[in-house]
Amino acid sequence: MDRVIIITGTSKGIGRDLAEYYLRLGWRVAGCSRKEQTIEHDNYRHFELDVSEERSVVKMVRAVKKEFGRIDVLLNNAGIASMNHFLTTSLGTVESIFNTNFLGTFLFSREVSKVMMRQKFGRVVNYTTVAAALRLEGEAIYAASKGAIENFTQTIAKELAPYNITVNAIGPTPVETDLIKAVPKEKIVALLEKQAIQRFGTFEDIKNVIDFFIDAKSDFITGQVIYLGGVHN
Amino acid sequence: MQEKIEKIIIDVLLELNEELESNELQNPTQETKLYGGNGALDSLALVSFITDLEERVSDAFDKDIVLADEKAMSQRTSPFRSVKSLTIYIQKLLEE
Repeated sequence: MDRVIIITGTSKGIGRDLAEYYLRLGWRVAGCSRKEQTIEHDNYRHFELDVSEERSVVKMVRAVKKEFGRIDVLLNNAGIASMNHFLTTSLGTVESIFNTNFLGTFLFSREVSKVMMRQKFGRVVNYTTVAAALRLEGEAIYAASKGAIENFTQTIAKELAPYNITVNAIGPTPVETDLIKAVPKEKIVALLEKQAIQRFGTFEDIKNVIDFFIDAKSDFITGQVIYLGGVHN
Repeated sequence: MQEKIEKIIIDVLLELNEELESNELQNPTQETKLYGGNGALDSLALVSFITDLEERVSDAFDKDIVLADEKAMSQRTSPFRSVKSLTIYIQKLLEE
């Protein structure tokens, strides 16, 4: 049976690479972004939406369920970052970071879990960051939004356990994508120095942890946060 | 419309009861108590009930609704207390 995965934030970066990877494996993939579709494939469906808009998320999840019949995996990959001292961070920036990172993760988790509950199987993978564990200066808001996701992950892991749905989170180190292109180089170097293994993360590193979380054999792994690069709380 | 909604609610309850095997849900009617007080559903059963019902109602009326929204949760008397109150609540959501 074809497996079905929803990945949020598939127009670029890791989300796009992951979508293409699962398509290569023969999965059916549904993705979304605020921008137009960048992936063309018979087994790919794209939805142009804002992940913090309830109606659009409900509509997308129902459309995917209707067309593909089931949803095995959800990757809450969409995220935005912002580096700034908190004293000079605007309320608008905070709202926009929390909307995309936390509300997006909440809405997709809620709607997709409803489908997974009925099929008595599901894997949800959320995204945090090493910045949350390291309490990095300059990333207070971004890290707080991810801290919220970590706690949410661990609590809903309990609430969804009776339905054979696991919920885990991956905490990547910096990867060379758009998300960090605006960050000054010396800041990134300082961050890498805080890792046990001091290098950039790669797509392969992230894929490896996600593949572990979503494996059918990982049905006893839930509520866990795995940071890359040897970072810990 | 009201009759159609009520029929969907009762169908979903009957299906759910294949697992629950509750006496109160063997022949659900308008007056059947659902959640809270002497309701037939516990919180886990309510979650399954709401998710099934959302899908059925959305398909039947071709409108995506979310039952557990602020309005439902902030009402002093929960719309989930009986089949009757839930029917009225869903009708309101559909007419919005």
